[in-house]
Amino acid sequence: MSIVMSGSNLAVGLKELFEDTILDFDDDSILVQPESVREICSHLKDSPEYNCVLLNAITAVDYVEYFELIYQMTSILKNTTYILKSRVYSRENPTVPSVVSVWKGADLQEREIFDLMGISFTDHPDLGRFLLWYGFQGHELRRVFLEPPLPYTWPHGG
Amino acid sequence: MSLHTEPVVVNIGPHHPSTHGVFRMRVTFDGENVQDVEPVIGYLHRGTEKLAEERQYSQVITLTDRLDYVASMTNNQAYVLSCEKLIGVEVPDRGKYLRTIAAELQRIASHLVGVGFFLAELGGFGGTALMYCFRERERILDMFEMLCGARITVSFMRIGGVFQDAPDEFWPALRKFLDEMPRYSEELNKLIFESEIVQARAKNVSVISAEQAIDASMTGPVLRATGVPWDIREAAPYDAYDRVHFDVITASGGDNFDRFLVRMQEVEQSLRIIEQCYRDIENGPVRSTTSLLFRPPPGEAYVPVEAPKGELGFYLVSDGSIAPYRCKIRSPSFISLTLFKEMLVGWKLADIVVSLGSLDFNMGEVDR
Repeated sequence: MSIVMSGSNLAVGLKELFEDTILDFDDDSILVQPESVREICSHLKDSPEYNCVLLNAITAVDYVEYFELIYQMTSILKNTTYILKSRVYSRENPTVPSVVSVWKGADLQEREIFDLMGISFTDHPDLGRFLLWYGFQGHELRRVFLEPPLPYTWPHGG
Repeated sequence: MSLHTEPVVVNIGPHHPSTHGVFRMRVTFDGENVQDVEPVIGYLHRGTEKLAEERQYSQVITLTDRLDYVASMTNNQAYVLSCEKLIGVEVPDRGKYLRTIAAELQRIASHLVGVGFFLAELGGFGGTALMYCFRERERILDMFEMLCGARITVSFMRIGGVFQDAPDEFWPALRKFLDEMPRYSEELNKLIFESEIVQARAKNVSVISAEQAIDASMTGPVLRATGVPWDIREAAPYDAYDRVHFDVITASGGDNFDRFLVRMQEVEQSLRIIEQCYRDIENGPVRSTTSLLFRPPPGEAYVPVEAPKGELGFYLVSDGSIAPYRCKIRSPSFISLTLFKEMLVGWKLADIVVSLGSLDFNMGEVDR
């Protein structure tokens, strides 16, 4: 990751287009509403000023009141990095728009987040269990996840 | 009379000598042509990210060894750099140089494994070139054993530096390796890359363009083989990389041959970096003193490194306790599976294995 751009500069720069969706900013990231994640990411990728063509990583963290999604993206030409954060407050069925239409590299990362953390992404081409097997109950990385209770059998076996 | 044909789904199963670990593919074949490919992973999923939440920061280092088990030094380095940014610890100079030497030796070892399997997968008689590459890799593993006692899962780096100073027998062994390796790498170049058969089978196969690669979040040799000069050691230097000079190797084709060629040429650049570190290293402490049980202030840190397979980074979230609250691993091998379908559909069965090898993924990293 190259020079991380400051959150306040980014918030000021995006203010005209995305006024009411930017909630907060700090030293190196901005916090946005989950519904506007796809538009902001697509603007950051397509506009020549930011030119964030490379998506480094999508991370999901489970703070118990909310889930936080962190998007890190880099501009190769300008050697700059931007960090976008978004909070989802639902525990039963958290849903966020998918950014697969913006970067194809988000495909497997969102699938993994769905598998291990339980956050669904709308408009994802193929959301399903990836690392864990198809009949697995629960989501492994949530803070309250414990061992699945025995007896626990494979769906196709004994 | 015409023969009735239909596409067949074949399972190239997790137990397979050519799939680089426990990796399963369900491939739809029409004769020998690949029509569709679906990767099935998770056979090596050990829950590293969840385990890391229950261990102290310095205990997680042993978990990180086992991620990409072919290149453990860089795994350690990525984790320890993120911890140091979280805690705010400065590494002494000798520690930085030792880390750089260890990481570059590990890069050479990992690329030798990748390139050695190239000729073996093309059918090169059970691995002649593979054994030549492994012979060189044995010297590197012997040097790792001198440094820290282990060959593969090293746990050499600690938060604040490295585990211990290099013993006296390490420096003559390193000097001998640096003197003899250029001749062997030239021999490997002639054996593998100048062979007509290899060029006929690997050039213009599974081509990806630079836009496709960037869009799919590829990094490392796969991206550099499409022509994009993106190397984290140069873009965001860490450890001693801001004090050494090296070239960023790119190729223009984006096919199987170029991906392996980039790896072989990076071996030569790594030798150059180690020479400069060998010349510039000075005596001093190798580890800055930190307490064994530290509680970093609440915050987040992410420092990516250029692992042999791509960009590797640990996103650490701390809430002030002795264990990380969340340790997310950005693994290059997992993300390089994004372009799996584009690279394989339309080619033949014999090309599947070579294309997988050119992506050079490692199941320990994919599954974590």
